[in-house]
Amino acid sequence: MIAARFVPVVLAAALALLVGACAAPTTGSGPADPASMVLADGYEPDDLNPLLGYGEEGASKLYDGLTALDADRQPQPNLAAAAPVAAADGLSWTVSLKPGVTFHDGTALDATDVVATYRAVLDPTKAATVASGYPMLRDVVALDPATVRFDLSSPFLLFPGRLTLPIVPAEQVAAPGPASDLALGTRPVGTGPYRLVEWRQGSSMVLEANPTYHGGAPAVRRITIVFATDDNTRAQRVAAGEFDGTVLPPALAKGIAGQAQGMVLREHASADYRTITMPFANPVTADPAIRQALNRAVNRQGMIDALLAGQGTPASTPVPPVLPEEVEPAAQFPFDPAAANAMLDAAGWVRGADGVRARGALPARFTLMYNPADTVRRDLAQAFASDARAIGVDVRLEGLGWDAIEPRMGADAVVLGGGNPFDTAFKSWQLLASANAADGFNNPGSYRNATVDQALGAALAAPDRATRAAELRRFQLAYAADPGMVFLTFLGHSYLTRDRFDGYQPVVEPHTHGTTWGPWWNVERWTPRT
Amino acid sequence: MTAPTDTTTRRGRGREIAVLVAWRTGVAVPVVAVVATGVFLLAAWSPFDPIYQYFGAGVFSAGDAVIANAREQLGLDDSVWTQLGRWAGGLASGDLGQSLSFRQPVSTVIAQRLPWTLLLVTAGLLVAVVISLVAGVTAAWRQGGWVDRGVTAVGHTLEGLPPFVLALGAIAVFAVAWPVLPVAGLTDAGAAPTVDQVARHLVLPAVVLGISQTPWLVLHVRSSLLGALDEDHVTGARARGLPERVVVLRHALPTALLPFVTVLGNRLPELVTGAVLVETVFSWPGIAAAVVTAALSVDFPLLAALTLLTTVAVLVGALLADVAVLVLDPRVSADG
Repeated sequence: MIAARFVPVVLAAALALLVGACAAPTTGSGPADPASMVLADGYEPDDLNPLLGYGEEGASKLYDGLTALDADRQPQPNLAAAAPVAAADGLSWTVSLKPGVTFHDGTALDATDVVATYRAVLDPTKAATVASGYPMLRDVVALDPATVRFDLSSPFLLFPGRLTLPIVPAEQVAAPGPASDLALGTRPVGTGPYRLVEWRQGSSMVLEANPTYHGGAPAVRRITIVFATDDNTRAQRVAAGEFDGTVLPPALAKGIAGQAQGMVLREHASADYRTITMPFANPVTADPAIRQALNRAVNRQGMIDALLAGQGTPASTPVPPVLPEEVEPAAQFPFDPAAANAMLDAAGWVRGADGVRARGALPARFTLMYNPADTVRRDLAQAFASDARAIGVDVRLEGLGWDAIEPRMGADAVVLGGGNPFDTAFKSWQLLASANAADGFNNPGSYRNATVDQALGAALAAPDRATRAAELRRFQLAYAADPGMVFLTFLGHSYLTRDRFDGYQPVVEPHTHGTTWGPWWNVERWTPRT
Repeated sequence: MTAPTDTTTRRGRGREIAVLVAWRTGVAVPVVAVVATGVFLLAAWSPFDPIYQYFGAGVFSAGDAVIANAREQLGLDDSVWTQLGRWAGGLASGDLGQSLSFRQPVSTVIAQRLPWTLLLVTAGLLVAVVISLVAGVTAAWRQGGWVDRGVTAVGHTLEGLPPFVLALGAIAVFAVAWPVLPVAGLTDAGAAPTVDQVARHLVLPAVVLGISQTPWLVLHVRSSLLGALDEDHVTGARARGLPERVVVLRHALPTALLPFVTVLGNRLPELVTGAVLVETVFSWPGIAAAVVTAALSVDFPLLAALTLLTTVAVLVGALLADVAVLVLDPRVSADG
């Protein structure tokens, strides 16, 4: 009898033993070190290897490139002692290196490291994924220990903007085999303002200020990045005061900014477009009238207001309006369903009894694929389908993984995203030039337009910025006369940061975002407020 | 425990165990080989393409030539049999190969993550054993009483509840409604993995994993104890007027525990599956979470190594359970 009554007590005692150490968690006990920062990121890098795309645009805290982009998106010398100098024929660029720079492992940086890094990109056995960004680069040679020369196959005006690629020690890329085998992926060695202390894959990463950084030791001494992939969970944890900053979808960020103490909402414009491809192998999407009509039938501002909490700008071409020197105002599509309907009527697309148009035996119907893992793409795809329906075009939606999408991109439309504000001509060329038709995810619909090809080629080969901008505007006009896609919007990226540091500078962002970009793109120059 | 005192019997026992171990090891080799081949074939037929993992977001701006070259360099174009042969050759020389999804040698991935999983599984097993013994014995002792009815009902309910539901429920209760326990990761953000930190973060995942494994064990302990209570030696003990506590705990329970050891050994695969789900929900940086990553990115070498690890763990678990029963119970004869 006694024993029977005693059992639940034993049970409770056993559980209490197991739960022993935890009376209450000590979150936020005591003042945090003012010079340290805890950020939450929704995305964890697969690796930290520059050859596989990490820090390609130069925003990495661990590495430096020869140049770095400033707040106005212009390349400034970083590991280079001065701006790169082009030869008279534009076929080579000479870069002198800053003296006295050392890597995190204590070795000195010299020309051999730069040569080894770029040769690893060019080396096919390394299978560097960033190689597609350097089609113009033929070779790189060391002229002396402090000078390198890049040899190009054709002139490339914005080549200094390509030199943001992180430089790594020569011995780190010496091993044979693909880049994914290199130790750099998990144990990075760079010259950057921070060095990696610990990376617990799947949970967090700790960075510590590099005391010998050539730009001066950063005042924010320690940055902890916690990986929390679920947007809602991350938002809750930010609201609870666990983090000094994070990236969130616009609507969530707005909501949390109102209730979290001491958090500032930072909204950045970007060149990160979302577009619907119009494959030329599909008789419906290849029809010029359909492409023109759809571009006028989509309510871009309505999508931004309804789906993106107002964060974003309408997109008609790959050139974002945040770059006023490059954008062509006459190449923007208005929201005009009446004009869209008139165009389709004139082209012989007749509305049937079910409201779907047809020309002869061909119904105005096509499939739109999207990756359902990205809710923004899903929402945009649905909004696009309903706007298309209003002018009698029937869009069938299919949510698929990228593996399933890729082989079908030639005949079915897909929601694509990408873009960067540093070299819009190159990005547009990848996306719309016939030279890149059906090449991977570049120009998947095989869009072909001679004027577009000619203008983009001229922009890439332009001798100066003014000519380049003029050619870019000519490209936009040619594209608008014969749109090969339906660009919907440039996304805005939303961030929350704790308001206890000085040094924040707004910036226009590329497709990549997260804690390497955002407000923290120049965190090495931030100072804690006392 | 009743240990045989006769030396010849003991020597016979030793030989029986040696034969059992040898026999099982001989069977294990083809089993492991078949499992490894099966994993390779499944991965080869899966709709996922490892090249997406290799390129990440870079795949959207990479040209076909660059992608084709990467395939060639990584050996992804080779036939499944070539890849299998390459992997088996490496295995023979003690090289588990390079994990494509973690960008590290497979041995490093396993060395970094296995200890955390072992910690979680051991703690979970401990929770399961303690709860199931206490609850099972109580239920059998007072058969038909309120404890028995409660334990049986809860046991049958939990049997049909997947561990991740339990895990999400635990998070809702202990982290959101009544925030007393951390729910994610190994330590607080940026904290060093001290004993105190890890212990606090271990509580919820271990308890959830333990409880998810408990129902079978509880019901098993209860039914075998009920069976043992009817046996002759228990009746004899009762007849000698021994107190009920001594009768149950000293005479009936040891007999009932023998099959429990076997069940425990056979529950290992379930424990591994449970660990995968629990680690994923709680962001526990163990080997089980790596299984998901490896599967989604068709990471041949890592997937194969993890499968082998699981297969070996299951085989060893079953063998250990059988050896333990052989050692503990003189009535059992080995199957070798």
